[in-house]
Amino acid sequence: MTCIEAKGLRKSFGSTVALDGIDLKVEEGRILGLIGPNGAGKSTALNAILGLTAYQGDLKVLGRDPWVRRDQLMREVCFIADVAVLPRWMKVSQALDYVEGVHPRFSREKAKAFLAKTTIKPESRVRELSKGMVTQLHLALVMAIDAKLLVLDEPTLGLDLLFRKQFYDSLLNDYFDGARTIVVTTHQVEEVQDILTDVMFLDRGRVALDCSMEAFGQRFVEVMVHADHLNAARALMPIHERTVFGRGVMIFDSADRSQLAALGEARTPSIADLFVALIGAKTQEARGAAA
Amino acid sequence: MNSLSDAMPDAPPGTSAMGRPALPAGAKPYYWSLRRELWENRSLYIAPLVVAALVLIGVFMGALRLSERFGAIRVEPAKEAAVTAIPYATAAIAIIVTGFIVGAFYCLGALHNERRDRSILFWKSMPVSDVTAVLTKAAIPLFVLPAVLFAVVVVTQLVMLLFDTLVLAPSGVGVARLWAQWPLVRTSVVLAYGLITLSLWYAPIWGWLLMVSAWAKRAPFLWAVLPPLAVCLVESLALGTGSFARLLGWRLSGAFDTAFSGAIPGSAIVDLQQIDPARFFGSLDLWTGLAAAAAFLAAAVWLRRSRDLS
Repeated sequence: MTCIEAKGLRKSFGSTVALDGIDLKVEEGRILGLIGPNGAGKSTALNAILGLTAYQGDLKVLGRDPWVRRDQLMREVCFIADVAVLPRWMKVSQALDYVEGVHPRFSREKAKAFLAKTTIKPESRVRELSKGMVTQLHLALVMAIDAKLLVLDEPTLGLDLLFRKQFYDSLLNDYFDGARTIVVTTHQVEEVQDILTDVMFLDRGRVALDCSMEAFGQRFVEVMVHADHLNAARALMPIHERTVFGRGVMIFDSADRSQLAALGEARTPSIADLFVALIGAKTQEARGAAA
Repeated sequence: MNSLSDAMPDAPPGTSAMGRPALPAGAKPYYWSLRRELWENRSLYIAPLVVAALVLIGVFMGALRLSERFGAIRVEPAKEAAVTAIPYATAAIAIIVTGFIVGAFYCLGALHNERRDRSILFWKSMPVSDVTAVLTKAAIPLFVLPAVLFAVVVVTQLVMLLFDTLVLAPSGVGVARLWAQWPLVRTSVVLAYGLITLSLWYAPIWGWLLMVSAWAKRAPFLWAVLPPLAVCLVESLALGTGSFARLLGWRLSGAFDTAFSGAIPGSAIVDLQQIDPARFFGSLDLWTGLAAAAAFLAAAVWLRRSRDLS
């Protein structure tokens, strides 16, 4: 079952192209991380998926065109678009009343059970809560909705370490059941590294990488190269090379593993390191040229 | 793909909590959107209540002058109606004017504030369409506000009437005449009719304010007020005429003359016989106003749907 399918998704704001023909296919039960520098088009892509922005190209979310009937789509899709978008005047109990009133798939009992694990009081207003507590409240509301797709756009921005950790823990333990699909964008790549099943890099409106985490582990190898093997390693065409504590660290794409093992300690690179390897250099060039 | 058709039941069985109104599924988004507007905008009923409280304090403090008022009637019986009824009409006008001012500011903020504080991202994550959102916001000044004002005015006038009765009772004079001058049931009918016609007459104003609220990036008040004034100015400079200004003036002030026949200009006291629904609902100005309101609301829906949120 395909959850999201996009072909040639395009969006421009005036002369700025935010999405330059994206192809995307997310199957049910996957957790996709959408990674990219600022202005890469991540939020635009998510807004298109959520029916918040018009677009060109083909896009189907749960079989529907999101721009045409956002309200119907939202029965099965949840999103946390940003931290702290809950209305500040609202009481916690009003938030529960409202969502229960308008959302056919909301379970008040579930939401209350999630809230019971926090220090949030039903009579508090959102403006009285800390940023972390607002996120906990939003997550409690969203996790109590029996949705097929959950979209998270920088859900932990500006939160402290404890809240961030807790956020993804509860998401995985209390929400994700293998049948739901999650799409998440974040700059804190290392936090989502272990929960993703798929990763996509976006760069200036284009897809720079699209692969599952299994394929990721097979394709990419990071080697701490011994000083005397540097030239031999470079001959194998690493896609990126950096120096850590005086030792060369190289990332290879689809190289022969047995050859690499002879050069030094080999392992799967982190998403963040691969991101820097694939996009960082190009972005720095672009920024340097612009400056 | 069609296995995900919209035939999905709107509410899984057994989830409706106790004490909640049983509503057809189609009405629920409207009902709860309306509730949420009232949660957020408590000034819609607090402001009229505050004015009502001030009116009542004034009436209590002025109780000493009541027999004076009745004394004056003996001198000039022709002025009886004016002298006894004026405080009641004044109370009603003060509450209603306050209510409509609050309603105007409500409209200016209704689609603007949610974008400014980004809570629109939360509202849009719910299965509530932009049409539902805009229509419930329009229903506040069109229907909810008149109902609130009606209740507040009638209760205020009832308290005033009972209080005046208590004050006059010992002297024995005037009680019957007082009730004859302000027959609450009849005046309430006039009030209800007046409020309904006034809010319908103002529909294009509500629609315009909501549309500006959905459109303006900042300062919706200025965007709502200055462009119409600019049109008046340009017209008077370029053509030397004032037809747009007259149109605006008639829209602001014409409800009373259209809804009531034989109304005395400048007099706030109206009687049952002056109610003229045939004239009001047959008036072309009403219907052009409603058509303009519909166009403004459609624009507001379109703006709320397609406005870029980032």
